[in-house]
Amino acid sequence: MIEMICEMFSYNFIIRALIVGILVSLCAALLGVTLVLKRYSMIGDGLSHVGFGALAIAASLNLAPLQVAIPVIVVAAFLLLRLSENSKINGDAAIAIISSTALAIGVVFVSVSGVNTDLNSYLFGSILATTNADAVMCGILALVVILIFVMFYNKIFAVTFDESFSRATGLKTGLYNTVIALLTALTIVIGMRIMGTLLISALIIFPALSSMRICKRFSTVIICSGVLSVCCFFVGMCVSYSMNTPTGASVVIINAIVFLIFWAVSILNGKIKRK
Amino acid sequence: MSLITIDKASMGYEGKTIVRDLSLKINEGDYVCIVGENGSGKTTLMKCLLGLIQPLSGIVSYGDGLKQNEIGYLPQQTIFQKDFPASVDEVVMSGCLNKKNTLFYSREQKKTALENMEKTGILSIRKKCFRELSGGQKQRVLLSRALCATHKLLILDEPVTGLDPIATLDMYALIKNLNKSGITIIMVSHDITAAVNNASKILHLSKNDYFYGTAHQYLHSEIGKKFMITDCPCDVCQHEHSGGGVQQ
Repeated sequence: MIEMICEMFSYNFIIRALIVGILVSLCAALLGVTLVLKRYSMIGDGLSHVGFGALAIAASLNLAPLQVAIPVIVVAAFLLLRLSENSKINGDAAIAIISSTALAIGVVFVSVSGVNTDLNSYLFGSILATTNADAVMCGILALVVILIFVMFYNKIFAVTFDESFSRATGLKTGLYNTVIALLTALTIVIGMRIMGTLLISALIIFPALSSMRICKRFSTVIICSGVLSVCCFFVGMCVSYSMNTPTGASVVIINAIVFLIFWAVSILNGKIKRK
Repeated sequence: MSLITIDKASMGYEGKTIVRDLSLKINEGDYVCIVGENGSGKTTLMKCLLGLIQPLSGIVSYGDGLKQNEIGYLPQQTIFQKDFPASVDEVVMSGCLNKKNTLFYSREQKKTALENMEKTGILSIRKKCFRELSGGQKQRVLLSRALCATHKLLILDEPVTGLDPIATLDMYALIKNLNKSGITIIMVSHDITAAVNNASKILHLSKNDYFYGTAHQYLHSEIGKKFMITDCPCDVCQHEHSGGGVQQ
Protein backbone atom coordinates (compact mmCIF):
# COMPACT_ATOMS: atom_id res chain seq x y z
CA MET A 1 0.00 0.00 0.00
CA ILE A 2 2.65 2.50 1.12
CA GLU A 3 4.96 1.22 -1.58
CA MET A 4 2.30 1.86 -4.16
CA ILE A 5 1.78 5.43 -2.97
CA CYS A 6 5.54 6.02 -3.05
CA GLU A 7 5.64 4.66 -6.58
CA MET A 8 2.77 6.98 -7.53
CA PHE A 9 4.65 9.98 -6.25
CA SER A 10 7.63 9.21 -8.38
CA TYR A 11 5.69 10.35 -11.46
CA ASN A 12 5.74 14.09 -11.99
CA PHE A 13 2.46 14.24 -13.88
CA ILE A 14 0.67 12.37 -11.11
CA ILE A 15 1.91 14.78 -8.46
CA ARG A 16 0.78 17.68 -10.61
CA ALA A 17 -2.65 16.13 -11.15
CA LEU A 18 -2.91 15.33 -7.46
CA ILE A 19 -2.18 18.92 -6.43
CA VAL A 20 -4.61 20.38 -8.96
CA GLY A 21 -7.24 17.79 -8.12
CA ILE A 22 -7.03 18.29 -4.37
CA LEU A 23 -7.24 22.07 -4.69
CA VAL A 24 -10.16 21.85 -7.12
CA SER A 25 -12.03 19.40 -4.91
CA LEU A 26 -11.51 21.67 -1.91
CA CYS A 27 -12.88 24.71 -3.77
CA ALA A 28 -15.73 22.70 -5.27
CA ALA A 29 -16.72 21.37 -1.86
CA LEU A 30 -16.78 24.81 -0.23
CA LEU A 31 -18.80 26.35 -3.06
CA GLY A 32 -20.92 23.22 -3.30
CA VAL A 33 -22.41 23.68 0.16
CA THR A 34 -23.94 27.03 -0.75
CA LEU A 35 -24.93 25.90 -4.24
CA VAL A 36 -26.69 22.77 -2.98
CA LEU A 37 -28.48 24.63 -0.18
CA LYS A 38 -29.61 27.37 -2.54
CA ARG A 39 -30.92 24.71 -4.96
CA TYR A 40 -28.40 25.70 -7.59
CA SER A 41 -26.72 22.27 -7.89
CA MET A 42 -27.63 21.96 -11.56
CA ILE A 43 -25.77 25.15 -12.39
CA GLY A 44 -22.48 23.28 -11.96
CA ASP A 45 -23.65 20.65 -14.40
CA GLY A 46 -24.81 23.25 -16.91
CA LEU A 47 -21.55 25.18 -16.67
CA SER A 48 -19.39 22.14 -17.28
CA HIS A 49 -21.31 21.33 -20.47
CA VAL A 50 -20.86 24.88 -21.66
CA GLY A 51 -17.18 24.45 -20.81
CA PHE A 52 -17.01 21.37 -23.00
CA GLY A 53 -18.45 23.33 -25.92
CA ALA A 54 -15.91 26.09 -25.40
CA LEU A 55 -12.98 23.67 -25.13
CA ALA A 56 -14.02 21.83 -28.27
CA ILE A 57 -14.30 25.07 -30.24
CA ALA A 58 -10.94 26.24 -28.91
CA ALA A 59 -9.28 22.98 -29.88
CA SER A 60 -10.69 22.95 -33.39
CA LEU A 61 -9.69 26.58 -34.00
CA ASN A 62 -6.26 25.96 -32.48
CA LEU A 63 -6.73 28.47 -29.70
CA ALA A 64 -5.50 28.17 -26.13
CA PRO A 65 -8.21 26.18 -24.33
CA LEU A 66 -8.36 28.04 -21.02
CA GLN A 67 -8.32 31.51 -22.57
CA VAL A 68 -11.47 30.63 -24.50
CA ALA A 69 -13.20 28.54 -21.89
CA ILE A 70 -12.85 30.92 -18.93
CA PRO A 71 -14.67 33.94 -20.39
CA VAL A 72 -17.36 31.75 -21.98
CA ILE A 73 -18.10 29.93 -18.71
CA VAL A 74 -18.07 33.12 -16.66
CA VAL A 75 -20.67 34.66 -19.01
CA ALA A 76 -22.69 31.43 -18.86
CA ALA A 77 -22.57 31.48 -15.05
CA PHE A 78 -24.12 34.95 -14.95
CA LEU A 79 -26.77 33.92 -17.46
CA LEU A 80 -27.70 30.75 -15.57
CA LEU A 81 -27.89 32.62 -12.28
CA ARG A 82 -30.23 35.20 -13.82
CA LEU A 83 -32.37 32.44 -15.32
CA SER A 84 -32.70 30.71 -11.96
CA GLU A 85 -33.68 33.93 -10.22
CA ASN A 86 -36.18 34.89 -12.88
CA SER A 87 -39.36 33.08 -11.97
CA LYS A 88 -40.93 33.64 -15.38
CA ILE A 89 -38.65 31.07 -16.99
CA ASN A 90 -38.43 27.61 -15.53
CA GLY A 91 -34.86 27.55 -14.20
CA ASP A 92 -34.00 23.86 -14.42
CA ALA A 93 -35.52 23.50 -17.88
CA ALA A 94 -33.44 26.44 -19.06
CA ILE A 95 -30.27 24.84 -17.66
CA ALA A 96 -31.10 21.56 -19.40
CA ILE A 97 -31.56 23.34 -22.73
CA ILE A 98 -28.33 25.32 -22.44
CA SER A 99 -26.22 22.37 -21.35
CA SER A 100 -27.43 19.98 -24.06
CA THR A 101 -27.06 22.66 -26.74
CA ALA A 102 -23.50 23.41 -25.65
CA LEU A 103 -22.65 19.72 -25.58
CA ALA A 104 -24.07 19.25 -29.09
CA ILE A 105 -22.15 22.24 -30.46
CA GLY A 106 -18.96 20.86 -28.94
CA VAL A 107 -19.44 17.39 -30.42
CA VAL A 108 -20.21 18.83 -33.88
CA PHE A 109 -17.11 21.07 -33.78
CA VAL A 110 -14.87 18.19 -32.76
CA SER A 111 -16.11 15.90 -35.51
CA VAL A 112 -16.28 18.50 -38.32
CA SER A 113 -12.83 19.95 -37.73
CA GLY A 114 -11.42 16.46 -37.51
CA VAL A 115 -9.08 17.45 -34.75
CA ASN A 116 -7.36 14.41 -33.46
CA THR A 117 -8.28 15.12 -29.87
CA ASP A 118 -9.68 12.34 -27.88
CA LEU A 119 -13.31 13.20 -27.22
CA ASN A 120 -13.22 10.80 -24.32
CA SER A 121 -10.62 12.81 -22.45
CA TYR A 122 -12.84 15.90 -22.59
CA LEU A 123 -15.96 14.08 -21.52
CA PHE A 124 -14.50 11.88 -18.81
CA GLY A 125 -11.31 13.66 -17.93
CA SER A 126 -7.65 12.80 -18.10
CA ILE A 127 -4.87 13.38 -15.61
CA LEU A 128 -2.43 13.85 -18.46
CA ALA A 129 -4.21 17.04 -19.45
CA THR A 130 -2.88 19.19 -16.59
CA THR A 131 0.08 21.40 -17.37
CA ASN A 132 2.33 23.38 -15.06
CA ALA A 133 0.36 26.51 -15.93
CA ASP A 134 -2.82 24.75 -14.82
CA ALA A 135 -1.24 23.88 -11.50
CA VAL A 136 -0.18 27.48 -10.87
CA MET A 137 -3.59 28.80 -11.81
CA CYS A 138 -5.24 26.24 -9.64
CA GLY A 139 -3.16 27.27 -6.66
CA ILE A 140 -4.15 30.90 -7.13
CA LEU A 141 -7.81 30.00 -7.54
CA ALA A 142 -7.85 27.81 -4.46
CA LEU A 143 -6.25 30.58 -2.44
CA VAL A 144 -8.85 33.09 -3.68
CA VAL A 145 -11.80 30.77 -2.95
CA ILE A 146 -10.60 29.90 0.54
CA LEU A 147 -9.76 33.52 1.36
CA ILE A 148 -13.15 34.76 0.18
CA PHE A 149 -14.87 31.99 2.07
CA VAL A 150 -13.16 32.78 5.35
CA MET A 151 -13.52 36.54 4.95
CA PHE A 152 -17.19 36.50 4.06
CA TYR A 153 -18.15 33.33 5.90
CA ASN A 154 -20.85 34.98 8.02
CA LYS A 155 -22.33 36.83 5.09
CA ILE A 156 -22.30 33.77 2.88
CA PHE A 157 -24.16 31.93 5.61
CA ALA A 158 -26.75 34.71 5.89
CA VAL A 159 -27.30 34.94 2.14
CA THR A 160 -27.54 31.16 1.80
CA PHE A 161 -29.91 30.72 4.70
CA ASP A 162 -32.32 33.52 3.93
CA GLU A 163 -31.82 35.82 1.00
CA SER A 164 -34.85 38.02 1.59
CA PHE A 165 -33.93 38.68 5.22
CA SER A 166 -30.36 39.50 4.26
CA ARG A 167 -31.48 41.89 1.54
CA ALA A 168 -34.02 43.54 3.83
CA THR A 169 -31.38 44.17 6.47
CA GLY A 170 -29.03 45.75 3.98
CA LEU A 171 -26.65 43.02 2.78
CA LYS A 172 -25.66 43.19 -0.88
CA THR A 173 -27.03 39.78 -1.77
CA GLY A 174 -26.59 40.30 -5.51
CA LEU A 175 -22.87 40.87 -5.01
CA TYR A 176 -22.40 37.68 -3.01
CA ASN A 177 -24.39 35.63 -5.51
CA THR A 178 -22.25 36.99 -8.32
CA VAL A 179 -19.03 36.20 -6.48
CA ILE A 180 -20.19 32.65 -5.82
CA ALA A 181 -21.18 32.17 -9.47
CA LEU A 182 -17.82 33.54 -10.63
CA LEU A 183 -15.81 31.26 -8.36
CA THR A 184 -17.94 28.27 -9.35
CA ALA A 185 -17.27 29.00 -13.00
CA LEU A 186 -13.50 29.16 -12.44
CA THR A 187 -13.47 26.00 -10.33
CA ILE A 188 -15.30 24.13 -13.03
CA VAL A 189 -13.04 25.29 -15.86
CA ILE A 190 -9.96 24.09 -14.04
CA GLY A 191 -11.43 20.90 -12.63
CA MET A 192 -13.02 19.90 -15.92
CA ARG A 193 -9.73 18.75 -17.46
CA ILE A 194 -9.06 16.15 -14.78
CA MET A 195 -12.60 15.13 -13.88
CA GLY A 196 -14.20 15.48 -17.28
CA THR A 197 -17.23 17.47 -18.36
CA LEU A 198 -19.73 14.86 -17.35
CA LEU A 199 -18.31 14.19 -13.91
CA ILE A 200 -17.09 17.54 -12.50
CA SER A 201 -20.48 18.45 -11.03
CA ALA A 202 -20.18 15.43 -8.73
CA LEU A 203 -17.33 17.21 -6.91
CA ILE A 204 -19.69 20.08 -6.16
CA ILE A 205 -22.71 18.08 -5.07
CA PHE A 206 -21.48 14.92 -3.31
CA PRO A 207 -19.33 16.26 -0.44
CA ALA A 208 -21.98 18.83 0.50
CA LEU A 209 -24.79 16.27 0.44
CA SER A 210 -22.78 13.69 2.40
CA SER A 211 -21.85 16.08 5.19
CA MET A 212 -25.40 17.48 5.35
CA ARG A 213 -26.56 13.98 6.31
CA ILE A 214 -24.81 14.03 9.67
CA CYS A 215 -23.64 17.57 10.49
CA LYS A 216 -25.96 19.88 12.38
CA ARG A 217 -24.07 23.15 12.15
CA PHE A 218 -23.29 25.14 9.03
CA SER A 219 -19.65 25.51 10.07
CA THR A 220 -19.17 21.78 10.53
CA VAL A 221 -20.89 21.07 7.22
CA ILE A 222 -18.38 23.33 5.46
CA ILE A 223 -15.34 21.81 7.19
CA CYS A 224 -16.60 18.26 6.84
CA SER A 225 -17.31 18.59 3.13
CA GLY A 226 -13.90 20.15 2.48
CA VAL A 227 -12.12 17.29 4.28
CA LEU A 228 -14.33 14.63 2.66
CA SER A 229 -13.78 16.01 -0.79
CA VAL A 230 -9.99 16.06 -0.47
CA CYS A 231 -9.91 12.54 1.03
CA CYS A 232 -12.21 11.15 -1.64
CA PHE A 233 -10.08 12.63 -4.37
CA PHE A 234 -6.90 11.17 -2.92
CA VAL A 235 -8.43 7.72 -2.43
CA GLY A 236 -9.99 7.86 -5.90
CA MET A 237 -6.64 8.71 -7.41
CA CYS A 238 -4.95 5.80 -5.62
CA VAL A 239 -7.68 3.41 -6.75
CA SER A 240 -7.39 4.68 -10.29
CA TYR A 241 -3.60 4.16 -10.21
CA SER A 242 -3.61 0.69 -8.71
CA MET A 243 -6.57 -0.71 -10.65
CA ASN A 244 -5.92 1.19 -13.84
CA THR A 245 -9.35 2.81 -13.91
CA PRO A 246 -10.19 6.32 -15.22
CA THR A 247 -9.38 8.94 -12.56
CA GLY A 248 -12.51 11.07 -12.75
CA ALA A 249 -14.86 8.11 -12.62
CA SER A 250 -12.98 6.51 -9.72
CA VAL A 251 -13.18 9.72 -7.69
CA VAL A 252 -16.92 9.99 -8.32
CA ILE A 253 -17.51 6.38 -7.30
CA ILE A 254 -15.58 6.89 -4.04
CA ASN A 255 -17.69 10.00 -3.41
CA ALA A 256 -20.86 8.02 -4.06
CA ILE A 257 -19.80 5.26 -1.65
CA VAL A 258 -19.04 7.84 1.05
CA PHE A 259 -22.44 9.42 0.47
CA LEU A 260 -24.18 6.05 0.90
CA ILE A 261 -22.26 5.39 4.14
CA PHE A 262 -23.16 8.81 5.54
CA TRP A 263 -26.75 8.34 4.53
CA ALA A 264 -26.93 4.98 6.28
CA VAL A 265 -25.35 6.50 9.39
CA SER A 266 -27.93 9.29 9.44
CA ILE A 267 -30.78 6.80 9.14
CA LEU A 268 -29.34 4.66 11.95
CA ASN A 269 -28.84 7.77 14.07
CA GLY A 270 -32.47 8.74 13.57
CA LYS A 271 -33.64 5.26 14.56
CA ILE A 272 -31.53 5.23 17.71
CA LYS A 273 -32.87 8.64 18.69
CA ARG A 274 -36.48 7.58 18.22
CA LYS A 275 -35.95 4.60 20.51
CA MET B 1 -41.98 63.17 13.77
CA SER B 2 -43.29 59.70 13.00
CA LEU B 3 -41.22 56.59 12.39
CA ILE B 4 -42.56 55.93 8.91
CA THR B 5 -44.38 58.40 6.69
CA ILE B 6 -46.08 57.30 3.50
CA ASP B 7 -47.33 60.17 1.37
CA LYS B 8 -49.57 59.56 -1.66
CA ALA B 9 -47.51 56.54 -2.59
CA SER B 10 -48.34 54.06 -5.34
CA MET B 11 -46.54 50.74 -5.36
CA GLY B 12 -46.28 47.80 -7.70
CA TYR B 13 -44.08 46.00 -10.20
CA GLU B 14 -43.06 46.88 -13.75
CA GLY B 15 -45.69 49.53 -14.23
CA LYS B 16 -48.49 47.43 -12.74
CA THR B 17 -49.82 49.42 -9.81
CA ILE B 18 -51.08 47.32 -6.93
CA VAL B 19 -51.37 49.83 -4.09
CA ARG B 20 -52.73 53.21 -5.10
CA ASP B 21 -52.43 56.59 -3.45
CA LEU B 22 -51.66 55.44 0.08
CA SER B 23 -50.97 58.01 2.80
CA LEU B 24 -50.34 57.17 6.43
CA LYS B 25 -48.07 57.70 9.39
CA ILE B 26 -46.72 55.07 11.73
CA ASN B 27 -45.52 56.37 15.09
CA GLU B 28 -43.01 54.98 17.51
CA GLY B 29 -44.58 52.31 19.72
CA ASP B 30 -47.45 51.54 17.34
CA TYR B 31 -48.63 48.00 16.71
CA VAL B 32 -49.95 48.07 13.16
CA CYS B 33 -51.67 45.13 11.53
CA ILE B 34 -51.94 45.05 7.75
CA VAL B 35 -54.89 42.97 6.61
CA GLY B 36 -56.71 42.47 3.32
CA GLU B 37 -57.60 39.92 0.67
CA ASN B 38 -55.01 38.08 -1.40
CA GLY B 39 -53.61 40.35 -4.07
CA SER B 40 -54.57 43.54 -2.28
CA GLY B 41 -50.92 44.54 -1.97
CA LYS B 42 -49.93 43.57 1.58
CA THR B 43 -46.67 42.01 0.48
CA THR B 44 -45.95 44.82 -1.99
CA LEU B 45 -46.39 47.41 0.75
CA MET B 46 -44.16 45.41 3.07
CA LYS B 47 -41.40 45.15 0.47
CA CYS B 48 -41.65 48.89 0.02
CA LEU B 49 -41.33 49.49 3.76
CA LEU B 50 -38.27 47.24 3.81
CA GLY B 51 -36.73 49.16 0.94
CA LEU B 52 -36.66 46.09 -1.32
CA ILE B 53 -38.67 47.93 -3.98
CA GLN B 54 -39.12 51.64 -4.57
CA PRO B 55 -42.58 53.24 -4.71
CA LEU B 56 -43.76 53.99 -8.25
CA SER B 57 -44.77 57.47 -7.13
CA GLY B 58 -45.12 59.36 -3.87
CA ILE B 59 -42.85 59.12 -0.87
CA VAL B 60 -42.04 56.44 1.69
CA SER B 61 -39.70 57.91 4.28
CA TYR B 62 -38.22 56.96 7.64
CA GLY B 63 -38.15 59.42 10.53
CA ASP B 64 -36.94 59.53 14.12
CA GLY B 65 -33.44 58.57 13.08
CA LEU B 66 -34.55 55.19 11.71
CA LYS B 67 -32.16 53.85 9.10
CA GLN B 68 -32.88 51.21 6.51
CA ASN B 69 -30.50 48.74 8.13
CA GLU B 70 -32.19 49.12 11.49
CA ILE B 71 -35.35 47.25 10.58
CA GLY B 72 -35.93 43.75 11.90
CA TYR B 73 -37.76 41.48 9.50
CA LEU B 74 -39.45 38.13 10.04
CA PRO B 75 -40.03 36.69 6.57
CA GLN B 76 -42.11 33.64 5.80
CA GLN B 77 -40.10 30.46 5.97
CA THR B 78 -38.84 29.16 2.66
CA ILE B 79 -38.73 25.53 1.59
CA PHE B 80 -34.94 25.80 1.47
CA GLN B 81 -34.85 26.11 5.24
CA LYS B 82 -36.59 22.78 5.76
CA ASP B 83 -33.41 20.73 5.52
CA PHE B 84 -30.88 23.47 6.20
CA PRO B 85 -28.05 22.31 8.45
CA ALA B 86 -27.52 25.19 10.87
CA SER B 87 -27.66 25.51 14.62
CA VAL B 88 -29.99 27.94 16.37
CA ASP B 89 -27.19 30.26 17.46
CA GLU B 90 -25.77 30.41 13.94
CA VAL B 91 -29.15 31.52 12.63
CA VAL B 92 -29.73 34.09 15.37
CA MET B 93 -26.21 35.53 15.03
CA SER B 94 -26.76 36.16 11.33
CA GLY B 95 -29.21 38.89 12.34
CA CYS B 96 -26.32 40.94 13.75
CA LEU B 97 -24.64 41.37 10.36
CA ASN B 98 -26.29 44.69 9.55
CA LYS B 99 -24.62 46.50 12.43
CA LYS B 100 -20.89 46.47 12.01
CA ASN B 101 -18.88 45.32 9.08
CA THR B 102 -16.39 43.10 10.83
CA LEU B 103 -15.14 39.75 9.61
CA PHE B 104 -16.12 37.85 12.71
CA TYR B 105 -18.81 38.40 15.32
CA SER B 106 -17.75 40.65 18.19
CA ARG B 107 -18.33 39.86 21.84
CA GLU B 108 -20.95 42.59 21.90
CA GLN B 109 -22.86 40.97 19.03
CA LYS B 110 -22.72 37.59 20.75
CA LYS B 111 -24.15 39.19 23.87
CA THR B 112 -27.00 40.75 21.90
CA ALA B 113 -27.80 37.38 20.36
CA LEU B 114 -27.88 35.70 23.78
CA GLU B 115 -30.15 38.42 25.18
CA ASN B 116 -32.57 38.08 22.31
CA MET B 117 -32.62 34.30 22.58
CA GLU B 118 -33.53 34.75 26.24
CA LYS B 119 -36.32 37.20 25.36
CA THR B 120 -37.94 34.71 23.01
CA GLY B 121 -37.34 31.75 25.32
CA ILE B 122 -35.04 29.70 23.10
CA LEU B 123 -31.86 29.95 25.16
CA SER B 124 -32.10 26.31 26.21
CA ILE B 125 -32.22 25.04 22.61
CA ARG B 126 -29.52 27.29 21.17
CA LYS B 127 -27.17 24.40 20.29
CA LYS B 128 -29.86 22.43 18.52
CA CYS B 129 -30.20 22.03 14.78
CA PHE B 130 -32.67 24.42 13.18
CA ARG B 131 -34.26 21.79 10.92
CA GLU B 132 -35.17 19.57 13.88
CA LEU B 133 -37.24 22.20 15.71
CA SER B 134 -41.03 22.47 15.81
CA GLY B 135 -42.79 25.15 13.79
CA GLY B 136 -43.29 27.39 16.82
CA GLN B 137 -39.65 27.08 17.89
CA LYS B 138 -38.48 27.89 14.36
CA GLN B 139 -40.53 31.08 14.36
CA ARG B 140 -39.03 32.08 17.71
CA VAL B 141 -35.55 31.54 16.33
CA LEU B 142 -36.30 33.71 13.31
CA LEU B 143 -37.86 36.31 15.60
CA SER B 144 -34.68 36.37 17.71
CA ARG B 145 -32.68 36.91 14.55
CA ALA B 146 -34.95 39.81 13.59
CA LEU B 147 -34.48 41.31 17.07
CA CYS B 148 -30.70 41.18 16.61
CA ALA B 149 -31.15 43.43 13.59
CA THR B 150 -33.22 46.08 15.37
CA HIS B 151 -34.31 47.64 18.61
CA LYS B 152 -36.82 49.96 16.96
CA LEU B 153 -38.99 48.40 14.30
CA LEU B 154 -40.07 44.84 13.52
CA ILE B 155 -41.84 43.90 10.31
CA LEU B 156 -43.53 40.50 10.52
CA ASP B 157 -44.87 38.62 7.52
CA GLU B 158 -47.71 36.33 8.63
CA PRO B 159 -45.83 35.12 11.71
CA VAL B 160 -48.36 32.48 12.75
CA THR B 161 -48.78 30.66 9.43
CA GLY B 162 -48.65 26.92 10.00
CA LEU B 163 -48.51 27.12 13.80
CA ASP B 164 -50.83 25.14 16.06
CA PRO B 165 -53.32 27.10 18.24
CA ILE B 166 -51.13 27.10 21.35
CA ALA B 167 -47.98 28.13 19.48
CA THR B 168 -50.07 30.83 17.79
CA LEU B 169 -51.21 32.28 21.11
CA ASP B 170 -47.64 32.14 22.45
CA MET B 171 -46.39 33.96 19.38
CA TYR B 172 -49.00 36.72 19.72
CA ALA B 173 -48.19 37.12 23.42
CA LEU B 174 -44.50 37.36 22.61
CA ILE B 175 -45.07 40.01 19.95
CA LYS B 176 -47.32 41.97 22.32
CA ASN B 177 -44.57 41.92 24.96
CA LEU B 178 -41.99 43.15 22.48
CA ASN B 179 -44.36 45.97 21.58
CA LYS B 180 -44.75 46.88 25.24
CA SER B 181 -40.97 47.01 25.60
CA GLY B 182 -41.00 49.82 23.05
CA ILE B 183 -40.51 48.14 19.69
CA THR B 184 -42.79 49.31 16.91
CA ILE B 185 -44.53 46.37 15.22
CA ILE B 186 -45.85 46.14 11.68
CA MET B 187 -47.48 42.78 11.01
CA VAL B 188 -49.02 41.40 7.86
CA SER B 189 -51.74 38.96 8.83
CA HIS B 190 -54.72 36.98 7.61
CA ASP B 191 -56.03 36.53 11.12
CA ILE B 192 -58.33 39.55 11.43
CA THR B 193 -59.76 38.61 14.82
CA ALA B 194 -56.32 38.37 16.38
CA ALA B 195 -55.31 41.58 14.61
CA VAL B 196 -58.19 43.50 16.17
CA ASN B 197 -57.51 42.00 19.59
CA ASN B 198 -53.79 42.73 19.59
CA ALA B 199 -52.99 45.65 17.35
CA SER B 200 -53.39 49.29 18.16
CA LYS B 201 -53.93 50.24 14.52
CA ILE B 202 -55.32 48.41 11.53
CA LEU B 203 -54.47 49.03 7.90
CA HIS B 204 -56.98 47.25 5.67
CA LEU B 205 -56.00 47.19 2.01
CA SER B 206 -58.51 46.35 -0.67
CA LYS B 207 -58.47 46.67 -4.43
CA ASN B 208 -59.08 50.40 -4.80
CA ASP B 209 -59.45 51.62 -1.28
CA TYR B 210 -57.91 51.35 2.14
CA PHE B 211 -58.77 51.89 5.77
CA TYR B 212 -56.28 53.09 8.35
CA GLY B 213 -57.23 53.74 11.95
CA THR B 214 -57.35 52.29 15.44
CA ALA B 215 -58.69 48.81 16.02
CA HIS B 216 -61.79 50.33 17.60
CA GLN B 217 -62.47 52.59 14.62
CA TYR B 218 -61.97 49.62 12.33
CA LEU B 219 -64.66 47.60 14.05
CA HIS B 220 -67.14 50.36 13.38
CA SER B 221 -66.11 51.08 9.80
CA GLU B 222 -67.97 49.75 6.78
CA ILE B 223 -65.01 47.71 5.61
CA GLY B 224 -64.35 46.34 9.07
CA LYS B 225 -67.92 45.23 9.68
CA LYS B 226 -67.90 43.36 6.42
CA PHE B 227 -64.75 41.47 7.40
CA MET B 228 -65.38 40.72 11.04
CA ILE B 229 -67.43 37.59 11.21
CA THR B 230 -67.98 37.73 14.94
CA ASP B 231 -70.21 40.45 16.36
CA CYS B 232 -68.57 43.39 18.00
CA PRO B 233 -68.90 43.04 21.78
CA CYS B 234 -68.97 46.78 22.50
CA ASP B 235 -72.01 48.50 24.03
CA VAL B 236 -73.08 50.44 20.95
CA CYS B 237 -73.20 47.42 18.69
CA GLN B 238 -74.77 45.15 21.30
CA HIS B 239 -77.45 47.78 21.86
CA GLU B 240 -78.27 47.97 18.17
CA HIS B 241 -78.49 44.20 18.14
CA SER B 242 -80.82 43.78 21.06
CA GLY B 243 -82.83 46.79 19.83
CA GLY B 244 -83.50 44.94 16.58
CA GLY B 245 -84.50 41.86 18.53
CA VAL B 246 -87.15 43.71 20.58
CA GLN B 247 -88.88 45.12 17.53
CA GLN B 248 -89.49 41.62 16.22
